[in-house]
Amino acid sequence: MIAFVVRRLLAMIPTLVFVSIACFIIIQLPPGDFMTSLQALAASSGSGADKAAMDNLRHQYGLDQPKAVRYIKWIAGFPRGDFGYSFEWKRPVRELIAARLGLTVLLSVLSLALMWLVAVPVGIYSAAHQYSGTDNFITALAFLGLSVPDFLLGLIYLFIGIFVFGASVTGLFSPGLADVPWSAAKVLDLSSHLFWPALILGLGGMTQLIRILRGSMLEVIGQPFVRTARAKGLGERVVIRRHAVKVAINPLVSVMGMQLPQLISGATILGIVLSLPTTGPMFIRALTSQDMYLAGTFLLFLALMLMVGNLLADVALAWIDPRIRYQ
Amino acid sequence: MSVANEPSSPGPGAGAALAGGLAPTAPRRRDLRTYGLTRRQLVWRRFLRGRAAVAGGIVVAGFYLTALGANFLAPYGADQRFIEYLYVPPQGVHLDQQAGPYVHGLRKQVDSETLLTTFTLDRARKIPLRFFVRGEAYPVLGAFTSDLHLFGAAEPRMGVFLLGTDRQGRDMLSRVLIGSQMSLTIGLVGVVLSLILGSVLGVVSGYYGGRIDEIVQRLIEVIRSFPAIPLWMALTAALPQHWPPERVYFAITVILSVIGWTWLARQLRGKVLALREEEFVTAARVMGASDARIIFRHLLPQVFGHIVVIATLAMPGMILAETALSFLNLGLRPPLTSWGVLLQEAQNLESLRNYPWLLLPAAFISAVVLAFNFFGDGLRDAADPHYARA
Repeated sequence: MIAFVVRRLLAMIPTLVFVSIACFIIIQLPPGDFMTSLQALAASSGSGADKAAMDNLRHQYGLDQPKAVRYIKWIAGFPRGDFGYSFEWKRPVRELIAARLGLTVLLSVLSLALMWLVAVPVGIYSAAHQYSGTDNFITALAFLGLSVPDFLLGLIYLFIGIFVFGASVTGLFSPGLADVPWSAAKVLDLSSHLFWPALILGLGGMTQLIRILRGSMLEVIGQPFVRTARAKGLGERVVIRRHAVKVAINPLVSVMGMQLPQLISGATILGIVLSLPTTGPMFIRALTSQDMYLAGTFLLFLALMLMVGNLLADVALAWIDPRIRYQ
Repeated sequence: MSVANEPSSPGPGAGAALAGGLAPTAPRRRDLRTYGLTRRQLVWRRFLRGRAAVAGGIVVAGFYLTALGANFLAPYGADQRFIEYLYVPPQGVHLDQQAGPYVHGLRKQVDSETLLTTFTLDRARKIPLRFFVRGEAYPVLGAFTSDLHLFGAAEPRMGVFLLGTDRQGRDMLSRVLIGSQMSLTIGLVGVVLSLILGSVLGVVSGYYGGRIDEIVQRLIEVIRSFPAIPLWMALTAALPQHWPPERVYFAITVILSVIGWTWLARQLRGKVLALREEEFVTAARVMGASDARIIFRHLLPQVFGHIVVIATLAMPGMILAETALSFLNLGLRPPLTSWGVLLQEAQNLESLRNYPWLLLPAAFISAVVLAFNFFGDGLRDAADPHYARA
């Protein structure tokens, strides 16, 4: 098992190198650099930009060096925790992204947990009562959940927040609580502000899990070992919980690797819609202002999150399903 | 790498076989009746049996037909402005026994404190509707222009806004209808592009194996290491601001297919890997068929059904992606009109609170995505009977 994890980690390294190069190239794609967008801004506000001063700044930030050199410098800083310098915020990238990445991870994990907490019992119930009214209702709801994208749900959530509750639903804290020291009330406020975004984020994946679990349960319930369990007189409850679910849960774990990209994508866009201090809002701003090291580091870390998440999903699957070969 | 796929593959087939084993009589009788039908006819029959799938297909077809005739169905042009009617709420259609369909007139109010102009429906006044009225001209098939619209106000000076108007006094219904052309075709073009890329690279990768296969697989792995939306955001942010709309449109379809093709390529590679060991491929090779002939004549037709299914299932994702990107001001931009561009108006809390009908395009997006999901699901079940119905 440990050898398997180590092998997978080693296999990740070349991919990571390619991914970081891809990140750097993508971030360099727009014509011009941060200075040109600064210049454009200065020109639009009427103050003419000084060419010499701009070139001076370019030199200071190392923007006049060849791309390959800049890439090497940028990536060489990573082991030391130096991710470059944000031109726009005039601060090291690390200071800017740490809290935001942390919150993105927190939101994703929370929503993953919610997804499983709801999907597993609902999926089992749905399969155990196939074609009942509740089952049909759940199926219809699942299809609906699959069709409403998370950013739209975010908008609808804002809408309901305004019209039904008249409450502040954006951001992480209610107004007035953001700057006070931590207290029970503040933690409660934070969790209530995180709960709904996490639910919205997880809804699409939740419906997917329900459908998969229902399908896999139905399949398992028809198998001989379940018939045997019933034949030897076990109660339906034990048959389902102890025998069927244990086998039927495997596809859910394997699909987790596929759901992570959706979750990270969703967290980015939902963060923008609900103005949460996650990666989303700062990432999009860095992209439009060509704050390249900030944007590139965000992109790289989002990709890294995805890769690590996939690895964890694979390890979890190997853990619970002994039929898997550690190739 | 393939560890994750290991347990799910044997499952569905076993389940389907078992379900067949439990009720042996019904399928056998059906077999006799369908004896002599081609594979395509069989798939078609199976598809028609799924009611939700057929309904989904009809709705999808309806959406595309509507998009085709959007200029005629829309009472106004997408950018036609009614300066005196900003932020008009939706007017419902009523039916009068004598005068036919009509909408209520509008009453303008100015809030003395906020100076905000609002419109309310004036139930005392009736604005009759008329069919086939003349309005703003639009091109037909690029050959000639027409100014005929399906319906409009009987008096041209009066506006009829069934879904309200936006910040600039543009009719939402017309914008939703004309915007559907962009939103629905961008997915279509994006899917076609990813199909071309995915089938070529997937089939070649599976057929030749070796070095080519390794390179393609590595490429797919790197692309898949990125979460879709952030990658799309980074790529669309790179599009120069001064590009003409048509070029932006095309660039977005290319960007959308950058990720899309990898799914198809992976699946097709697997299929081709299995197929290339089959006798008919060996036979073709012995008869002196070239690689190109084997691929296009023998392998591609085998996986064609699969390609169609994957394309259909990929459509909703493409439509949603365009909407999300345009919503973030990164995708299509005015003067192009798409559902995502329309939703930009609903971005801030203030307009959401005062003018909730700006959120209406969202309903259309969800409807078309829902229909596509049902349609694609049914198509998959029909084309691949071994896939267990989840």
